[in-house]
Parts: sequence; C-alpha cells; structure tokens
Amino acid sequence: MRDLREGLPESRGGDEIKSVWFVLLCCRAEVITGLSEEIAMKEFMTGNHAVAHAVVLCRTPLIAAYPITPQTAIYEKLSEWEASGILKGIMMRTESEHSAMASCIAASLTGVRTFTATSSQGLALMHEMLHFAAGCRTPVVMANVNRLLAAPWGFWADQLDSLSQRDTGWIQFYCENGQEALDSVIQAYKIAEQVYLPAMVSLEAFFVSHFMEPVDVPEQEEVDRFLPAIHLPHKFDIEKPGFLVPVVSSELYRKYRHMAQTSMDSVKEVALRADLEFKEIFGRGYGIVETVMMDDAEVVIVTAGSITSTARVAVKILREKGYRVGLLKIRLFRPFPAEALQKALGGKRKIAVIDRNNSMGSGGIFCQELRAALVHSPDRPVTFSYIAGIGGTDVTPEVIQKIVFDAMGRDEPEEKPIWVMEE
Amino acid sequence: MASSVQELNLLRPGHAACAGCGLAIGMKLVLEVMGPRTVAVIVPSCEGAIGGVYPNTSYGVPTFHSAFEIAAPTAAGIANGLKIQGRDDIQVLAFAGDGGTFDIGLQSLSGVAKNNDDILYVCLDNEAYMNTGIQVSSATPSYAWTNTTPEGNPRRKKNIMEIMAAHYNPYSATATIGYPRDLQQKITKAKGIRGTKFIHLLVPCPTGWRTPSDISPELSILAVETNVFPLYEVEEGRKYTINHEPRRLPVQAYLLKQGRFKHLGEEQIRQVQRDVDEEWEKLKHRASLQG
Repeated sequence: MRDLREGLPESRGGDEIKSVWFVLLCCRAEVITGLSEEIAMKEFMTGNHAVAHAVVLCRTPLIAAYPITPQTAIYEKLSEWEASGILKGIMMRTESEHSAMASCIAASLTGVRTFTATSSQGLALMHEMLHFAAGCRTPVVMANVNRLLAAPWGFWADQLDSLSQRDTGWIQFYCENGQEALDSVIQAYKIAEQVYLPAMVSLEAFFVSHFMEPVDVPEQEEVDRFLPAIHLPHKFDIEKPGFLVPVVSSELYRKYRHMAQTSMDSVKEVALRADLEFKEIFGRGYGIVETVMMDDAEVVIVTAGSITSTARVAVKILREKGYRVGLLKIRLFRPFPAEALQKALGGKRKIAVIDRNNSMGSGGIFCQELRAALVHSPDRPVTFSYIAGIGGTDVTPEVIQKIVFDAMGRDEPEEKPIWVMEE
Repeated sequence: MASSVQELNLLRPGHAACAGCGLAIGMKLVLEVMGPRTVAVIVPSCEGAIGGVYPNTSYGVPTFHSAFEIAAPTAAGIANGLKIQGRDDIQVLAFAGDGGTFDIGLQSLSGVAKNNDDILYVCLDNEAYMNTGIQVSSATPSYAWTNTTPEGNPRRKKNIMEIMAAHYNPYSATATIGYPRDLQQKITKAKGIRGTKFIHLLVPCPTGWRTPSDISPELSILAVETNVFPLYEVEEGRKYTINHEPRRLPVQAYLLKQGRFKHLGEEQIRQVQRDVDEEWEKLKHRASLQG
C-alpha cells in the first residue's frame, strides 16, 4: 500500500507529522495529490461514520438510540446532522436500548422508516423487543457494533452479541469493512421493506467501527433510485381502527410464525436480487456469500466479518507458496445461506471455519450452522472449527496460515472446537 | 352532548373484564373524551383481557398491544412517527397498569417524560398485579393483603405523582372513576397540552380488593373523601391545584369495606390515618405555594 504521506511537505517534528495526519484523516482524500483516481473519489471515515452516512442517504426520518461504546459515534454523528438539518427527521434520545427498539417498532407501525444502533449489552437488553419487532413484521434496520459481552468487562470485537440473537427473527449481515457496512445498511432497508422483517447489520468493534478507510459515499440520487420511499401496507388508521397484536390461539400463533418463516426463507433470493441491482447502480456487490480462489482449493477457510480481510492476505501468501487454499466469506447469516454453501463447498476436502465467537457448551456458531447445512451433502467435507479472535484478540495473516497448516495436518475429523491461543 | 359522546362507544360492550371492574369504567370514560382521532397503546395487564381474543376486540380506536414495560416509549414512537407524516392532529394515548407504571415501566416512562414526547399516559391503578392473580406491586397500599403479601403489605404505596412532578412535565393529575366529570375535564385539559401528560387514575378492583362487584364507584368516592386518594393536579412540576375539598371521613370508612384490609388491627388503622393526614398536609402546603 502506498504511503499517503508521499508528496506532503517535509516536516521537522514528530508532532507536526501527527497533526498533518489528523488533518489528512479529517478531510476528503481527493485533495491529496498523488492518489489513484479510484481512491480520490472516496472519503476517509470510520465504519461508524459510514453507517451514519447510509442512514441519512436512506432518508430515515426516525432514529431512536442510546449510547454504548463503541456505537456512540453513529449516535453522535446522526445527532449532529439532526441539529444541522442534514438529517431530516426526529432523533429520539431514549433512556435505554430497550426503549429505543420499542420506539422504532412503534414508529415503523405508523409507516415511517426507522433506525437504531447499538452494541453488546445494549443488544442483549433489547432482546425481548427484537422478538417483538420480527413478530410485528416491522422492517426496522439496526446497526450492531459487535462487542464482547460481560463478564468480564471489555469493549473489544466479538460476534457473540449478535449471534446470541440469531433466533429472534432478524435478518443478519456481517460486514468486512466500512464500505460494506454503509452499503449493507442501504441494502438492508431494501430487503427488510420487501419481506416485512427487521434487519441487523453487524460491524466489529474498533476493527471496523473505528478504523478509518477510504469509503465511497454514494450520491443521493443514486440511493433514491435504488431505495424507493417506504410504503408499508398496514398502518394505524383512525378511519378503520384495528387491534394490533391481540392474544391469539395456539393454531393462529403457529400460522403467523409459519408465515414469518416463509418470508424469511425468501430473503436469500430477495437479498441476492437487491445486491445485483445495487451492483448495477453503484458498481459494487457482495453476494450473500463470497468465494475466493476456490477452484482447486484443498482447504477452504470460512470467515465472517473483518477476519475476512486478513484471510484474503493470508490466502494470497499461501497461494504464492504453492498451497491450494481458498476462502469463503459468509455475509448473510440469517437466513442462513445453506444452499449457497452446499453449492460452493460441495466436493471440497477440508474446511476450516474461523469463529470470533463461542457458544459455551457447543463452540463456534458459524461452524455449527455450516456443519448443519452440509450434513446431508453426499460428499461433505471434513469441517474443523477454530475459535480465534475472541474478545478482540488479534487474528493476523500468520495466525490464519497456522490454522490452515493445522487443518492440513489433520487426517481425522475433530468434533471439538480448536481454540487459537496465540499471544 | 352526552348522547353523542355515548354513541362513540370506543370501549364496546361484551369485553372480558370482571363484573364491577373499575379499570374498564376508567378506560371507557377516558376514551369517550379522547374521541376517535386517537391511537391507543395498551400493555399486558387487564387491558389485554378487556381487548378480547382475536378476532374480537372491544377497542374502537386503533390500538397496539405492546410489551409490558414500554407503554410510554411505544406511544412516543407512534406520536413521533405520526408527526413526521404531518398527522400530529391524532392524539396518542398510553394505558398501563400500576405494575406497568410504578414498577417495570417506570424507567421508560421517565425517559419519555424527560424528552417531553407528546403523549397522554393514563396509569390505571388497581393497586396490585391483578391480571396475574393479585400480587403486590409498589402501588399496593400499606397492610393490604395480596397473594404475595399474605400477612399484609409491609411497605407504603409509592408516590408516583411526586416522581412525575420531579420531571417538570407539563401536566399530571390524579383522578378516579367515582368523579367522572373531574376525570373527563382532566382528559380534556390534557388533550389541549403538548408534551407528556400523566393521569394517575385509581380504579377499584372487586376481584383483588375483595369487594362486592356493585360498589366500585362508591369505593372510589370513599378513597377521595377519606383523603386516601386526593384529587389534584400538578403543572410543570410546580403548580399544585387541589380539585376537590374532601369531607375528611375517617379511613375506616374506606378500609373496612374491603376484604383485603379485613385483618387490620386498630394500630394499623391509626397508622394509615396518620400517613393520610401527613400526606394531605404536605399536599396542602405545595398547593399553597402556587408555583
């Protein structure tokens, strides 16, 4: 990667360099000379700010939020834009995440687009309302900054917060970087408003939420073209009063849940279609899973979130050394893209799933789900589960290479997860 | 006027409340004044039972049965959603019980009052968790029997009005079904105010209070005339107005009509009287300050 300081006037002191850097990070990259055309169109920003941009671009008029590290920058940025008039709508500064979600659900039922952002304990506090949002079929969109759950306390990246919510009926995306977080929020509205289910976009603490990267902020007109104004079929209507969320019989409950499941099943197709349309307009697409160098791969690494970026580097290095290694990134977790995984992984010999999460008493959650998806495949691969990056611990290209070598060296299947305990 | 109000019938007959339910009377009186340009929020409580079982409902305005602890932020979300769409001529009404207000919903109510979101919040206080079968709440009065205080409640009733006043919200008032005109005037007044309005509505519960089903309005009147439940309002957390000069009957007149207090000894009754007298003096003092 090119040193961005190139072409800048030489400075004498270290402090000056730091301040130049600060200015650099705060202003548009296009003013910097010597950058490629592609980079020059982008802005430097954190993943959190990328998410805030997406919310404004989607013309979301109602936001309800409560601060929690490391989500706060999203809440602060949107508050700043509300005050300055860039965000046209209402910011509800609720007294808890639970109330934030309650307000989003309620406002969504009046027919407006809604947004909230949270993390970790905040998401756990929302749990009751997450079920409610899905049950009410409200297309609420939320950004969740993946942070470990106490105890002990910590602020670092770990996917257990959102994965613990996997049964709440929310669509879930896991993002690799700030650009994908921005794009996924826009796509999430498009999908959620077609299937009437809420959608969660997850980005990992600090690695994505605070890391500054060049991000292409789309033009408003293009987002408007992709995402039409919201139109929900059921709203509170004083001319035709209805009673929403009555007590129902067992059979009716089952019927409503089955209807929601049918809608959830359709998400994979709807999400793929939305992604294709997105690519046509914006020139970028992600799919619901992504494969890299899979053709002759003997070992396939499976990742979700920011570890994917590192794995891309590791796979490249390994390929240069002559190892036949591929990479599969899971972007959509709910609904779980079982068919896409069966297709991509059928015939492969070994899979190494890297989970930045652990379900105590079971193991890595992406691995559990993947094994379940492949269990009926006639030529199913041997799947190894690696627990790495827990609590925000660093997963370097070297760690990923070690995982690949470990998987290569194993001939017998291993049921138990293998903890990567690199210092 | 009276006949046209009755024609609205926004709490239809045939609902599942117990005979003599003060809560259902209270909801009906409130809805009559609110009128059809209202969206209501209810939460798990006897309000759910009154709502009926799908596909039937007694509610004549669009009603959302939300979760237990979030009547206020749910109503606020609806109010803000309507405001965004330029429909802020529609009033949003939240009904919650004493458990949903004094206990589990207190935090979220406080959050909404702090933001002064534009809702009318009516706490239907029947002084215990009646829908789940009579368990103590922090609105249960001293010494009252419930299924979880079989020897009588050892603690005093929480003063929710003072908690609300501490938020400096534009309007809070007490009311009870025995004074329907007072109640409906307060709802009318609240409708004309923007911001978080709070009505503490005492609703006798024959099932939980262990009383005959035909004396709920009478008990409601006795609660006021004994000063157990004075009728007053608080504006902006400062201006206190006593709406009804009570006859100051002894508390026995109210307590001894109820099975939940039948075990009370003389000393306990004297203590209730002392507490009531003390609260009345405090209230009179606040009213004399006049903001």
